[in-house]
Amino acid sequence: MSRRRDPVADPVRVVDERLGAAPLLRKAFHYVFPDHWSFLLGEIALYSFVILVATGTYIALFFEPSSHESVYHGSYAPLQGHVASDAYVSTMRLSFEVPAGLLMRQTHHWAALVFIAAIVVHVMRVFFTGAFRRPRELNWVIGVTMLALAVLEGFLGYSLVDDLMSGMGLAIAYAVAISIPGVGGQVATLLWDGRFPGSDHFWPRLFIGHVFLLPAVLATLIGLHLAIIMRQHHTQFPGRGRTEGNVVGTPLWPGYALRTLGWFFAVAAVLVLLGGLVQINPIWIWGPYEPWQSTNGAQPDWFLGWLIGALRTMPPLEARFAGHTWIPNPFFGGLLFPSVCFGLLYLWPWLEQRFVTRDRRRHELLDRPRDNPLRTAIGAGFFTWVTVVFIAGAADRILVTIGFPYEGQIWFFRIADFVAPPVVALLTYAACRELQRSELHPLRAFAGRRVRRTAAGGFVAEPERGVARE
Amino acid sequence: MIALLGRLLALIAIVRRVLLGRGRGLPAPEPEADPSERRVPADARAEAIVAGLALGAAAAAVAFVVFYVVDADTRLLGLTAGLALALVAAALLVASLRVVPQVTEVEERAQLLHPDETGRAAEDARSAGEGISRRRLLTAAGGAAAAGLGAVAVVPIASLGPSVADRLAASPWRRGRLLVDEEDRPLRVDDLETGAFVTAFPQGADKRDLGSPVVVVRLDPRTIQLRPSRRSWAPLGFVAYSKICTHAGCAVSEFRYPLYQPTSKAPGLVCPCHYSTFDPASEGDVTFGPAGRPLPQLPLAVDGARQLRAAGPLSAPPGPAWWGVK
Repeated sequence: MSRRRDPVADPVRVVDERLGAAPLLRKAFHYVFPDHWSFLLGEIALYSFVILVATGTYIALFFEPSSHESVYHGSYAPLQGHVASDAYVSTMRLSFEVPAGLLMRQTHHWAALVFIAAIVVHVMRVFFTGAFRRPRELNWVIGVTMLALAVLEGFLGYSLVDDLMSGMGLAIAYAVAISIPGVGGQVATLLWDGRFPGSDHFWPRLFIGHVFLLPAVLATLIGLHLAIIMRQHHTQFPGRGRTEGNVVGTPLWPGYALRTLGWFFAVAAVLVLLGGLVQINPIWIWGPYEPWQSTNGAQPDWFLGWLIGALRTMPPLEARFAGHTWIPNPFFGGLLFPSVCFGLLYLWPWLEQRFVTRDRRRHELLDRPRDNPLRTAIGAGFFTWVTVVFIAGAADRILVTIGFPYEGQIWFFRIADFVAPPVVALLTYAACRELQRSELHPLRAFAGRRVRRTAAGGFVAEPERGVARE
Repeated sequence: MIALLGRLLALIAIVRRVLLGRGRGLPAPEPEADPSERRVPADARAEAIVAGLALGAAAAAVAFVVFYVVDADTRLLGLTAGLALALVAAALLVASLRVVPQVTEVEERAQLLHPDETGRAAEDARSAGEGISRRRLLTAAGGAAAAGLGAVAVVPIASLGPSVADRLAASPWRRGRLLVDEEDRPLRVDDLETGAFVTAFPQGADKRDLGSPVVVVRLDPRTIQLRPSRRSWAPLGFVAYSKICTHAGCAVSEFRYPLYQPTSKAPGLVCPCHYSTFDPASEGDVTFGPAGRPLPQLPLAVDGARQLRAAGPLSAPPGPAWWGVK
């Protein structure tokens, strides 16, 4: 008895017969994604990670993680005959001799920049809409951890190539590691296998950290992050038919699957276009690193700008007594500052529960930023604080492009670090209150009051539109 | 300019409205209403657009392969690969919004807290301890085993690096050691004028050792201010300091030297990582920036061949500070 082939039903039947997966498949098809543009920010990070793994695997096949030195004989004439590490020379070969090698390397670098930027913006979205509230505290903690690991992973990748910028960055990292009170000397010695620039073991360690350890941890955390999202479902903004108990939106099949796949290709397209058309980290211009070399106006990848800013604005304090340097200076900017920032981020869900909202209920409907003015104000103040430090890290570029004296700028930023956050927080609070009162969108709708002329010739203001929320 | 920006925003709003097919700024409808809906677009034109975009992507991909084979410029490779990806993205997005059924569904959320089950699960967990009388002994013994195994796992980390001891303070500089430049040529005092700035290393030492590189500058001897015990460290106005910044270990590779004394700032040695600035005329003291201690100074001497030699070790441990720095 012959049966007509069915290109859809047959594979489903094959899978179901062996795995019993048809009910799961149906559930997956009807998994609902709420619609809002800001929910796509996390997807940018996810898809950048996919591109990072793909391009990273490719370039790792050409890279030699070794500080062993050899003479450069590649096609880049200005460096002919120069001595450089195998790490640097193999990266030069990847960039100049391997077909599509430079495309892959630059796409990888751009993807790293976009990856971390997307995480930062995604964290801000989650923060300002209150999406971290119960039951999502755990996923908030996982997300903040991924941000920290992504910054570290980006730094390791940038350090691997052993050009002048890498070396300057690693020197600073060494100084920060060695600055840990008490145990720093031993910690740094363990990591570098001796004093900076370290032994021959250091480069393989850096490589394993960058291509295996941190990516494996990140991939695991991404899986956990998504599994928890699937279990808890997405949050959604209030709207027609939307309650704390349901999710309204587009089901996975077919609309959302096509949309998110399209989004993946869009992210990939932007990254590949950047990698192909916009030069990044031209290591042949900086040249190989030697510990006695450095250059003026050096800037790290953007995601380290806040740390270089903190190191640069810190006054020259060093706690030194009883024959020891108890707290070397780089500890303040390089470790204390990021620890305070990440500590606040980690603790925020519980700080808010205890001190801001006193609200421990489950929340599936999102706040608009104005709905919780205190949270929004604190978030804006925190963001301002980190941004001021970040801009301070570019003070030398500001000097070169605009001409403000460097030393004056540093004093300005030292003061602005403390003045700007409360000012911005207060302004944000006032703006939230005003928006709450007027119920108007600052950009989309008419923001004024209508005025009517009466028969007697006077003017009367019409009542405000919209209804104030309680 | 602002008018143009306004028009651009209006255009974006119109495109949004056309694409998403809904207005903005309307009053929020009743939350109780059921938003579920299913529309089948049946839009032959949209299907043609999707097909066109997909074919365009295929063409761009073929172009990429051709450019790869002829070993073309990175920019052409990136442009064609990026275009292929972008066209696939556009095809999928148009298909998602215009070709497949437009569905809005309502899904009930999973129940997270099960008041009865939590209690029972806790009881199940607790039931494992039924009949155990020496609970504290078992807990303590288990804890000791866990701590021991933890130590077994952690202790081998010590193999990663040597013990600190005096290694972090080490430097190859000794009395009589000849100063050489990057090409191992001795530094001759007659080759260096006032205002000169060169990098030097101990002859025969590992140049990459953090204790090796020093900066040598020649100043007007009348401007140099050294404590009495260092008076002899600056023959003919030559002073030398460790080149590794005491803040974060970068190379102090910049020298600010006044071209016109009355208006310019005093001479300064500057590290370009965080702009710590040191005064070469007064023992490498910090005059600006985050460094917490002066640059270690290398005492100098001029030998019979008028070459620079070290007259002793560095005055302090080189490089960024740690616990062991006094």
